[in-house]
Amino acid sequence: MNENAKLQVTLLTGRTIEQGVGKERGKASMEYMESVSVCYMDPEDLRRLGVKEKANILVSTNYGSVVVKALKSLRTPHPKIIYIPYGPWANVLVDPETHSIGMPSFKGIPAEVEPALDKPLLNMKELLKEQFGKE
Amino acid sequence: MPVVKAVTCPVCGSLCDDIELTIEDKEIVKVKNGCAMCESKFLNYNGKHRIRKPLIRKDGKLVKATLKEAVRKTAEILAEANYPILYGWSSTSCEATRVGLELAEEVGGVIDNTAVVCHGPSLLSVQEIGISSCTLGQIRHRADLVIYWGSDPWSAHPRHIERYTTFSEGRFERSEWRGYVAKIKASIGRKKIESVLRRLFLKKKPTVPSSYLEGRVCPTISREGRKLIVIDVRRTKSAEMADYFIQVEPNKDYELLQAFRALIRDQELDVDKVAGVPVEYLEEVSDAMVGCNFGALFFGVGLTMSRGKLRNIDAALSLVRDLNTRTKFIIMPMRGHFNVAGANTVSTWQTGYPYAVDFSLGYPRYNPGETSVVDVLMRKESDAALIVASDPVANFPRKAAEHLVENPLVVVDPHMNATAHMADVVLPSAFVGIEASGTAYRMDHVPLPLKRVAEPPRGVLPDEEILRRILSEVRKIKRKKQVAAEAQ
Repeated sequence: MNENAKLQVTLLTGRTIEQGVGKERGKASMEYMESVSVCYMDPEDLRRLGVKEKANILVSTNYGSVVVKALKSLRTPHPKIIYIPYGPWANVLVDPETHSIGMPSFKGIPAEVEPALDKPLLNMKELLKEQFGKE
Repeated sequence: MPVVKAVTCPVCGSLCDDIELTIEDKEIVKVKNGCAMCESKFLNYNGKHRIRKPLIRKDGKLVKATLKEAVRKTAEILAEANYPILYGWSSTSCEATRVGLELAEEVGGVIDNTAVVCHGPSLLSVQEIGISSCTLGQIRHRADLVIYWGSDPWSAHPRHIERYTTFSEGRFERSEWRGYVAKIKASIGRKKIESVLRRLFLKKKPTVPSSYLEGRVCPTISREGRKLIVIDVRRTKSAEMADYFIQVEPNKDYELLQAFRALIRDQELDVDKVAGVPVEYLEEVSDAMVGCNFGALFFGVGLTMSRGKLRNIDAALSLVRDLNTRTKFIIMPMRGHFNVAGANTVSTWQTGYPYAVDFSLGYPRYNPGETSVVDVLMRKESDAALIVASDPVANFPRKAAEHLVENPLVVVDPHMNATAHMADVVLPSAFVGIEASGTAYRMDHVPLPLKRVAEPPRGVLPDEEILRRILSEVRKIKRKKQVAAEAQ
């Protein structure tokens, strides 16, 4: 793994069928957490970053940083485009700017990805505590 | 075992109403006709994540309370607040939303529904441009060209293609399901042969193209029958089903839409590529648009959430308006939650506005960007919040959610979620469409009845009844205050 590897990417957030199934099972369920604390990347980008699939990565934008698990996209290529399903992990990163119409910017956000093998992937309660200081 | 037929699925805006549920010992044990999300909801709704008792935060921890205590505490929070937020409404019934609007007026708050972070920009554009639309039934029977733009129905509305568009058996248009299966089989066979040849003779790794267009000749859309086109920033599962896929660069949908507007007027473009797509591909699609008998453009939040937002929708609505000078074309937003269209509809007939309605001056005001919930939170203006059937802590940008959890927060929801974890009062509610009946509006604004097929846990009430009790308690508190003020 290249410790200093960093990748400038464009972040998209959105729906996945796993997230949909997880949210209907219960937002406090393990299935939901596992479906939304991931980041889908092009396998070539993972190689450039020097990490294997299911490794922890740190995604940062101007609005925050969060550790998520890297997964290979099934449908490629989409170099330098990463995808995180909607949820508390993605929300740390998205742009709250509404451009005076009420809608924040959930897609197409400039982001940086780096390996984070030594950083833990937080569960829902830990993430909420870290982000809001409330249990 | 009793089987309940024609149940409406309370998950997504497709509102499939052909679900069959098998019930044994008052529990749903089998779901027929549903998608993965539908099955997950009907089979797991009453699991371990269910909230069964009201909760109130005491000394930093949520502890069990009686319904009366929780309703009283909620009413106190709302009655004392100067500018409370009442948010959610898209996963409950129209009847509950109606009571919510009455409550918002009573407490002088701002009431907003999840459309604000979904298709809010679409509603703004429809108010500016207008919309040519129809019901999903007409599309099922007549549409010979279906386009999904910025939408992945396979993931978010899994039965949309099967029930309403390309794979549905219409009266005048045939299902393309068999053709799709044949295409998939051929594709798998081709990949297997390529893999064997590579391993036997070439022994080299497959090269990864940097773009999906690399090394391809522009294909044509010459096939007879219903055609499916997908335009998206990612190659999704829905894109794989399509006859034609166009991968637009992120945040460049507006350019592409305007390019189509030029092409369907037979204007020539002076560039080779628009939004990363060669113009010849666009010409192929614009020919298909003009050449169809009945086209339907479905657009998702890929357009409303990326750069341009409502201007993207302006361009999409204008494109369809232009197309109607050449053929028949309709456009429809892919609404997410099962009753988000209902929340907009009820809000419109009660207040005149579909979302982001501010009652702080005693009458409804509407100015998205000012009265929309994310903006209110970002300006740190609200001093309390009531969340009904929604999870804004998991759906809003962190900065906005920060102010929400800093102030008194009440959550009415059947399940524990991120927002309920942060709440000061949690009121458990019955699942609308499973344990409570009501009305919901499908994405094409067709109202459908939601059935009650199971009993809620003991003491758990539907949203509508909980809201009525809160409203009654708020009125009592306000009356007492008024009497006390008059006595002084």
